[in-house]
Amino acid sequence: MFPTPIEKRPRSTQITYQAFLPVALILWLLPLLAVALFSIKPDADFTNGNYWGVPSSFEAFNNYGKVFFESNMPRYLLNSLFITIPTVIGAVALSCMAGFALGVYKFKGNLLIFFIFIAGNFVPFQILMVPVRDLTVSMNLYDTKLGLVLFHVAFQTGFCTLFMRNFIRALPFPLIEAARVEGVAEWRIFLYVVLPLMKPALAALAVLIFTFIWNDYFWAVVLTQGPDAQPVTAGITEFNSQFRAAYHLMSAGSIVAALPPVAMFFLMQKHFIAGLTLGAVK
Amino acid sequence: MSSAETNRSWYKRNEIAITPWLFLLPAMLFFAVYVIMPIGQSFWISFHEWDGLGDKTWVGTANYERLLGIGDQNIDRKFEVSFWNNLRWLVLYLLAIPAGLFIALFLNQTVFGIRLYKSLFFFPFVISQVVVGLVFSWFYLPNDGLFDVMTGWFGITITDGVLGNRNTATYGIIAAGLWPQTAYCMILYLTGLNAVDPEQVEAARLDGAKGRKMLWYVILPQLKPATFIAFVVTIIGALRSFDLISVMTNGGPFGSTRVLSFYMFEESLSEFGFRMGYGAAIAVVLFFIMLGFIVYFLWSMYQDEKGAR
Repeated sequence: MFPTPIEKRPRSTQITYQAFLPVALILWLLPLLAVALFSIKPDADFTNGNYWGVPSSFEAFNNYGKVFFESNMPRYLLNSLFITIPTVIGAVALSCMAGFALGVYKFKGNLLIFFIFIAGNFVPFQILMVPVRDLTVSMNLYDTKLGLVLFHVAFQTGFCTLFMRNFIRALPFPLIEAARVEGVAEWRIFLYVVLPLMKPALAALAVLIFTFIWNDYFWAVVLTQGPDAQPVTAGITEFNSQFRAAYHLMSAGSIVAALPPVAMFFLMQKHFIAGLTLGAVK
Repeated sequence: MSSAETNRSWYKRNEIAITPWLFLLPAMLFFAVYVIMPIGQSFWISFHEWDGLGDKTWVGTANYERLLGIGDQNIDRKFEVSFWNNLRWLVLYLLAIPAGLFIALFLNQTVFGIRLYKSLFFFPFVISQVVVGLVFSWFYLPNDGLFDVMTGWFGITITDGVLGNRNTATYGIIAAGLWPQTAYCMILYLTGLNAVDPEQVEAARLDGAKGRKMLWYVILPQLKPATFIAFVVTIIGALRSFDLISVMTNGGPFGSTRVLSFYMFEESLSEFGFRMGYGAAIAVVLFFIMLGFIVYFLWSMYQDEKGAR
């Protein structure tokens, strides 16, 4: 192991390390802790200039209650959900199939198509912006959730296909050959042989895409406006103009907006990190 | 009946050749319509003047000439500022890689509760950049912000706050961006460190290697795949920077925090009318900056593919 395991060091080093860990963590998360502190303070603290001190009263229920009952926040959250979930399903489904085709079959152009999918991933969004917006408008999907979902599915398919294809490649190929010898139809091989083995990849991709799409801001601003279709990342700006300079409410709103992917991460940590670090180990 | 039979047998005979294309079709269709074709269309639009609604007017390379100041005009000042800021982002964003490695080395221990520490250190990456931007803009508030309070202890004051001062604003935003990006690099390295061959480390240790030497000659070479991915995602992240700028300064003060991706958005969808052609031209320039990296990434991955065969 590197660095040398702390157990092999002198006792004093061990204690220093253990003591320093929480300090380092607090420093690292300081900006976030500050917002959490803001969100439980009463309004009066800010007018009195008590930004960083102890809250003069505990107002968490009040502040978060306002976020949920006196703003458009719940609507934005629902929009985010209705954009994120279909995107996850769509992108994962498309890329499962594409990954199967690219990972199992040898045919001319296989590697070329695979590399086009990868390359598409790296492209700056801005070069897609004008034509995609134009396309969405002409399909009458501007300012709808469907318009956003269709684009997200298409774009995420690039990354997902890279992921799926590499995962399928690592599966034992004799399994597929054996099924072929038995005369199993190709689509049945996909459905009954390969798909059940892909569960970890499906889980990893699902949580990753969920986080990516939930956190998307650029396309939300380009393809939607207003509370009918906008997800929470874009909605928070409207929320903030509603509560201008009301830091306690703005920070409560931010925390609410950030929470779903955080919850997803802590619940599915193993899969999330497996997906994110794909390829970091040979 | 007989035709159905021949159909079926034709499919049966060619099943292995046809199936991959059937499986690829939906993904390719989506990807072509929403990703591949728009790239070409953006090139096309960049040779036009277009407000996004009416007819496009062909203007040749006029957009590029205005952007780059070819001929008797001056280079577009906003473009110049954006371009230099992009370079700042690229260079400074790369600090996320050594910083991530440093934290990973710090956390690569097996003391009680270390798993929770690792996930809490990673946690900034999961939060949306919009929220990160908001959090940091409060952190940077002039006078009342925690950052200003802390620099005050050392007698440093930044006029108008970090984000209100044109000399510091871009660096303030980059620092905010480094926070989640460092977390990302950290998790890549933690995974990489997990897979480091313990026998090699022991062997090197017997040979008397330790500390920095060990890191440089034994550990880092084994972390190469992690470093490559960290490099890829950091470069892409740097050139995609949009959310933070939009939320924290909206390009200001005095346009000093613009980058190409933000400037392009501004030109195309600003309230002063949609200048899609000019915006597309900026996007094309950004695309070419990116292309250098994309070719390098793809080439590296292609070498790996060949090695795997």
